[in-house]
Amino acid sequence: MNVQSPPTDKQRIEKLQGLGSSRKRVEDARFTQGKGNYVDDIKLPGMLFGDFVRSPYGHARIKSINKDAALAMPGVVAVLTAEDLKPLNLHYMPTLAGDVQAVLADEKVLFQAQEVAFVVAKDRYIAADACELVEVEYEELPALVDAFKAMDADAPLLREDIKDKMEGAHGARAHYNHIFHWDCGDEEGANKALADADVTVEEMITYQRVHPCPLETCGCVASMDKINGKLTLWGTFQAPHAVRTVASLITNIPEHKIRVVSPDIGGGFGNKVGVYPGYICSAVASIVTGVPIKWVEDRMENLSATAFARDYHMTGKLAATKDGVITGLHCHVLADHGAFDACADPTKFPAGFFNICTGSYDIPVAYCGVDGVYTNKAPGGVAYRCSFRVTEAAYMIERMVDILARKLDMDPAELRMKNFIKKEQFPYTSALGWEYDSGDYHTALEKGMESVSYKALRAEQVDNRAAFERGETRKLMGIGVAFFTEIVGAGPVKNCDILGLGMFDSCEIRIHPTGSAIARLGTISQGQGHATTFAQILATEIGIPAEDITLEEGDTDTAPYGLGTYGSRSTPVAGAATAMAGRKIRAKAQMIAAYLLEVHEGDLEWDIDRFQVKGNPEAHKTMKEIAFASYNQAIPGLEPGLEAVSYYDPPNMTYPFGAYICVVDIDVDTGVTDIRSFYALDDCGTRINPMIIEGQVHGGLTEALAIAMGQEISYDEIGNIKGGSLMDFYLPTAVETPMWTTDFTTTPSPHHPIGAKGVGESPNVGGVPAFSNAVHDAFAHKGLTHTQMPHDHWRVWKTAQKLGLTD
Amino acid sequence: MIPGSFDYHRPSTIDEAIGLLASHVGDALILAGGHSLIPMMKLRMATPEHLIDIQDIYDLSAISIGANQIDIGATVTQAQLIHSEELADCCPILRETSLQIADPQIRNLGTIGGNVANGDPGNDMPAIMQLLDADYVLQGPDGTRTVKARAYYEAAYFTARSENEILTSIRFTKPAAGHGSSYHKQKRKIGDYATAAAAVMLEVSNGSCTSASIAMTNLADTPLWAEAAANALIGSALDADAIAAAVAAARAITNPASDGRGPAEYRTHLAGIMVKRAIETAHARAG
Ligand SMILES: Cc1cc2nc3c(=O)[nH]c(=O)nc-3n(C[C@H](O)[C@H](O)[C@H](O)COP(=O)(O)OP(=O)(O)OC[C@H]3O[C@@H](n4cnc5c(N)ncnc54)[C@H](O)[C@@H]3O)c2cc1C
Repeated sequence: MNVQSPPTDKQRIEKLQGLGSSRKRVEDARFTQGKGNYVDDIKLPGMLFGDFVRSPYGHARIKSINKDAALAMPGVVAVLTAEDLKPLNLHYMPTLAGDVQAVLADEKVLFQAQEVAFVVAKDRYIAADACELVEVEYEELPALVDAFKAMDADAPLLREDIKDKMEGAHGARAHYNHIFHWDCGDEEGANKALADADVTVEEMITYQRVHPCPLETCGCVASMDKINGKLTLWGTFQAPHAVRTVASLITNIPEHKIRVVSPDIGGGFGNKVGVYPGYICSAVASIVTGVPIKWVEDRMENLSATAFARDYHMTGKLAATKDGVITGLHCHVLADHGAFDACADPTKFPAGFFNICTGSYDIPVAYCGVDGVYTNKAPGGVAYRCSFRVTEAAYMIERMVDILARKLDMDPAELRMKNFIKKEQFPYTSALGWEYDSGDYHTALEKGMESVSYKALRAEQVDNRAAFERGETRKLMGIGVAFFTEIVGAGPVKNCDILGLGMFDSCEIRIHPTGSAIARLGTISQGQGHATTFAQILATEIGIPAEDITLEEGDTDTAPYGLGTYGSRSTPVAGAATAMAGRKIRAKAQMIAAYLLEVHEGDLEWDIDRFQVKGNPEAHKTMKEIAFASYNQAIPGLEPGLEAVSYYDPPNMTYPFGAYICVVDIDVDTGVTDIRSFYALDDCGTRINPMIIEGQVHGGLTEALAIAMGQEISYDEIGNIKGGSLMDFYLPTAVETPMWTTDFTTTPSPHHPIGAKGVGESPNVGGVPAFSNAVHDAFAHKGLTHTQMPHDHWRVWKTAQKLGLTD
Repeated sequence: MIPGSFDYHRPSTIDEAIGLLASHVGDALILAGGHSLIPMMKLRMATPEHLIDIQDIYDLSAISIGANQIDIGATVTQAQLIHSEELADCCPILRETSLQIADPQIRNLGTIGGNVANGDPGNDMPAIMQLLDADYVLQGPDGTRTVKARAYYEAAYFTARSENEILTSIRFTKPAAGHGSSYHKQKRKIGDYATAAAAVMLEVSNGSCTSASIAMTNLADTPLWAEAAANALIGSALDADAIAAAVAAARAITNPASDGRGPAEYRTHLAGIMVKRAIETAHARAG
């Protein structure tokens, strides 16, 4: 006879697939079989299609729009222009940054590809054909492309709609093209530190305009049900609840009559946080026609009209002693926001969390000031796989520290070690006001340097340089070190809101009678694997196997309110809400178990997946048994059922960090950069699913590679976009992507219920400076201090040429 | 990126295809693999009313290798060029070049006819055809004629082919046994056209170069046959001076655009580097 012994503790833990388990992603079964359900998969009876007529000019006055020919085309149902939206007061919409943005161009176009008219037709092809028949007469105006000229006395006036409104959403505007001035820290103190310093360095570091370029472009389906007056909006929304609130505020449709659904989303990276004209036009067209309207932008529209990232011109100054102790930082940023201020930042932070720019260093005094300006470029300024403006800040400080190391003739790793915030200083309040929760930077960088044999690499570099001088090789080796501190998990409601909505998040859990569960969250996965990892958090908290827990997000009719997914906030905020809701479930379960076991609650202890009587583990009730009891027993003093909801307002941000080291070999004759190796050590606190973390790091590093080595959205002098298609916009493939080596240390967040910090965006923040520092390092001995990204072939060659290294 | 509407035809003989072209002259385009044409249609830079798909025409799909001549049908795909061992044995540069075109998915559909016919200066095969001194066979309502690849390209997208002709095959003399060849192409990423590329074919006898041909891609609005550069090698020992002379002569005939791949100055410089490396590789392979 086969007697089954009871499962061991290890088996019980493994069965849960909770925290720390590299559980396979439950989402992948449908994605790998092509069974995802994206916006463009939604097909409704009678659905019509929208397409935009867009501006060919960067800056022009619209003299007339003639829709007759388009309207005469069979299959065309409507053509909307600003004139049609004006009576509804919908020709402008509020942006997340406190500005307004034209839904359809009102008298003027301010950037190439701006939306001018919305054509609605029976199919996608007719809509595109009809766009060509809309005749728009323009009078070209001088375009403002160079942000440094935006505030010149004779600069062209861009925003006629607000030309007399000299008080902006973030204070006084100093010029008609000025958006805001924001600053932080002690300018006088920083200047004094610079004046008194043994050594100072200064550099203007541009972080070029790039684009998140998610594989799925933005789009929506709007459907107005005329019978019950309810508007349903399916769309590529990273923050569906906020979209519902905004939609209600601007259309005056009551919020309970709007349902916003984010179906599967094919990547967001910040591009899908904002509200776009396509959403408004589709909703209006559905209300007018009474049938569903689909709008899905194409790749070139995505790259040229929906939100870009970066475009920060950062002038950094560091003060230091002659033996390398940093004594002060001063930084000023000229921020190019394009034609409308449509950044997606918490309201009180018009430059996001750029004031994390003191980085991982114990800098006694610092100042940063940011001026935002309008130019004739597409609006945006979103956090492309990083927390708000954090990758800009990390890039600035990590380049500046390298520049300082050159000037001091010190090893860049050593200089970092010397200035790191020490383990015992945490929680640490930075000169610019952030309270870093936890960290152990020295251990992380030491582990990294050991893993890559840093000393041996430097020795090899010495040999390589000598061989180069002897003419034996035309390749130069560069070693890039970057150490970053992220600031994620926005954020505490006391200082973080978007349009007045506090940036808490939520989780609601319902346990079914047979012991399985459904959990709903206010966030929305765009590939991060929430359905996998949040179930793992719960599995450990409530002792139900992750595979028995369904995760749902993205439908405002069913999910609890939350501010969505971006800025690595899902784990720090919604993940915390999940753990807290789980603890509420467990607290009630304990009362039920006490009743069932006829003991006092205090006599019970939690053990993996059950409550057991202290000192008598044979007497126990599993969560499964407790769940059933909650539905079939009349327990005195307790309501039936087992449900909980938690709205979590984080007490602080979390501060993930990491040490990245990149080795590159550069062919000076061609400018080709060959990434020989890349080592990424991430500390994201408690690790929920190591495999997903590794996947997130791989993806983020690949985007960092793309940005540092090739991505750029630029404009010519009359405002024509360059690089607006994947022909030129650099999206690396598996072939260009090197092997990534990942590693970790674990320093839990002291204030997060499970100690997790968030990781999805760290690799972008740390990766970009690591690549860039490696390229600079290759030429450092030849006197290169700084050169702007992207480090594509021709620019690298140009650097070599300027240094006299080419024939 | 939504194309205009069109009618689709799929003839199974050359005559049928030529008949269709004739009856829609000016409004019809040949569709082969579609990997140049369809992107152009999506951008509405091409707006044909009729597409005549030639993929079903059996007579266009063969590679035949004779004693002295190689004949490649227009619809032979880049993947077929890669997989033909016989072709790789006698003319390895076709495989080497095909492997540097786009990615495997595109190579499974993209044809050699489409690649050379339309006059896109970014395409790689036109330079190889300069190198090999190939003939293009064109068939139209008035019969068949051949045009030298070296005389075919007039400007970007302007060629010697008239609208009612189909390019049916490519012919060239089988390269001499023992020749060395190489194609060096620099691009920003897989799927990108060349920033600069150079093809070299040469023969070496007793340490001296007895014949040479050099061609370049994407460095002007047509493929470039670098006759003077090749002449600088013939008779030399392929020493540094001869290579430098060839590089200088090659750079002299480039006239690249400044674009996302870099300014003209860089691309001209790079052309020389590609020529130099291709000469060195071809030399190492010769014999
Ligand atoms: C992302 C991407 C990257 C690419 N990168 C490269 C690259 O690096 N190098 C490179 O060389 N190519 C590249 N290509 C192009 C690819 O190789 C094409 O397949 C090839 O250039 C055209 O072949 P096709 O059969 O697809 O032609 P099609 O697109 O079908 O036709 C191209 C043109 O030629 C005409 N045509 C086609 N066949 C004939 C014929 N027999 N007679 C007369 N006219 C004809 C058509 O009417 C059309 O105008 C790339 C394509 C893509 C999409």
